[in-house]
Amino acid sequence: MLNALQHIGAFTLETLSNLGRACIFLFQVMLGIKSTLLRPRLLIRELYSVGVLSLLIIIFSAIFVGMVLSLLGYVTLVDFGAESSLGVLVSLSLVRELGPVLSALLFSGRAGSALTAEIGLMKATEQLASMEMMAVDPVRRIITPRFLAGCISLPLLTVIFMSLGIYAGYLVGSVWLGVDEGSFWSQMQTKVEFGHDVINGIIKSLVFGFVVTWIAVFQGYNAMPTSEGVSRATTNSVVYSALAVLALDFILTAIMFVT
Amino acid sequence: MGPSGTGKTTLLRLIGGQLKPTQGTLSVEGMEIPKLNRKQLYQARRRMGMLFQSGALLTDLSVFENIAFPMREHFKFPESMIRDIVLMKLELVGLRGARDLMPAELSGGMARRVALARAIVLDPVLMMYDEPFTGLDPVTLGTIVSLIKELNQSLGLTSVVVSHDIHETFSIADYVCILSEGKVAAAGSPDELMNSDSPFVQQFVHGKPDGPMPFHFPADDYQRDLMQGADNA
Repeated sequence: MLNALQHIGAFTLETLSNLGRACIFLFQVMLGIKSTLLRPRLLIRELYSVGVLSLLIIIFSAIFVGMVLSLLGYVTLVDFGAESSLGVLVSLSLVRELGPVLSALLFSGRAGSALTAEIGLMKATEQLASMEMMAVDPVRRIITPRFLAGCISLPLLTVIFMSLGIYAGYLVGSVWLGVDEGSFWSQMQTKVEFGHDVINGIIKSLVFGFVVTWIAVFQGYNAMPTSEGVSRATTNSVVYSALAVLALDFILTAIMFVT
Repeated sequence: MGPSGTGKTTLLRLIGGQLKPTQGTLSVEGMEIPKLNRKQLYQARRRMGMLFQSGALLTDLSVFENIAFPMREHFKFPESMIRDIVLMKLELVGLRGARDLMPAELSGGMARRVALARAIVLDPVLMMYDEPFTGLDPVTLGTIVSLIKELNQSLGLTSVVVSHDIHETFSIADYVCILSEGKVAAAGSPDELMNSDSPFVQQFVHGKPDGPMPFHFPADDYQRDLMQGADNA
């Protein structure tokens, strides 16, 4: 009994201490934003490796998710003669929920894990320490551009995910299954509000981008400088990001679409 | 110098301000390193160079860009000036022809020489070397030893070399400190240490297995340990 209490206490203390360190780290990262913006070349390079290189997985996933959503939606709606609402179903699902959440999960698996591994390896091979000794702050030079790139990339990737998903849904619903093209788009136009649905979906992706990239760079920077440490940090990065995205999604959905 | 785990690299990290001491004082060029704020510490580090054991080259930059890195970060030198300085430093370490190679294409010895060129690019007054002789082939080892000596003399540096390679270190050092368990166990010129009466120093400099410095990590009685395994079976 005492042992269990001891474990719970130690776990709580460690979690709180990690959270505190993560917050201090975030503050240090934020301090470097100005210097990163003054050197756009660094940011552009990271936007390419974090954002552009994630495009392929986002595009493929968006197409297949949109197609499956449309197919299953049609099968359900056609029984009630409501297949003309297919466009609303596909677009609202993608814009409010699936677009931001799936993009964030895919992003954490592709870009977040890569960021953690890269920073962890730089630490293990003393590259970060050597920068410090060259009087170059590794947080400002290495971490902040990657953090900013993640925060900028995910909302853009999410918009691409939503658009492609809806178009793929249209191809399956209207072109293949024969749902009326006019009602597919016009019902979507009527029921989907830009200010409410689309903007809230993008706000979700902004929050997810911030959290996923924060977790990724923090895990990398705090990785044990060994191969096992980097491997564990990469796993933690993906697991914690997925949990954070799903938990935050519930909270944000409750705030945005229920209250 | 000193056996593994005795605090040699920790000492370098303390001098470079990467660690803060719990007690005592530490000054470089009259500056109390642990008392400096972040900005002052980064200013002080511009006057220091450090050669890491692994070289610690930035893997996404070429040899040329690795050496130009500190200059690009701190100064707005014209490109022609950066090029000249980088080539001069590369010539010093004999790798001017390798300027376009990536770190992954270099051997261990070459990587360390490039790292050395990078460490001296800002003309430091203090150079720190962390195990510069470990894992090198005889030719590269000889080159690194003579490079450290030549750089020290020609650039008028103060060099702190952390190592446990007796022969190489004694051949270039003016003054040697032997650390043990985080304390200075002996200090003096190489000749003084070679002729020291201290059993610890004698064991260390002559690499004797028996002496005050234990080879084995503290453990239970060997026989009892083995018998315990047999009992459990």
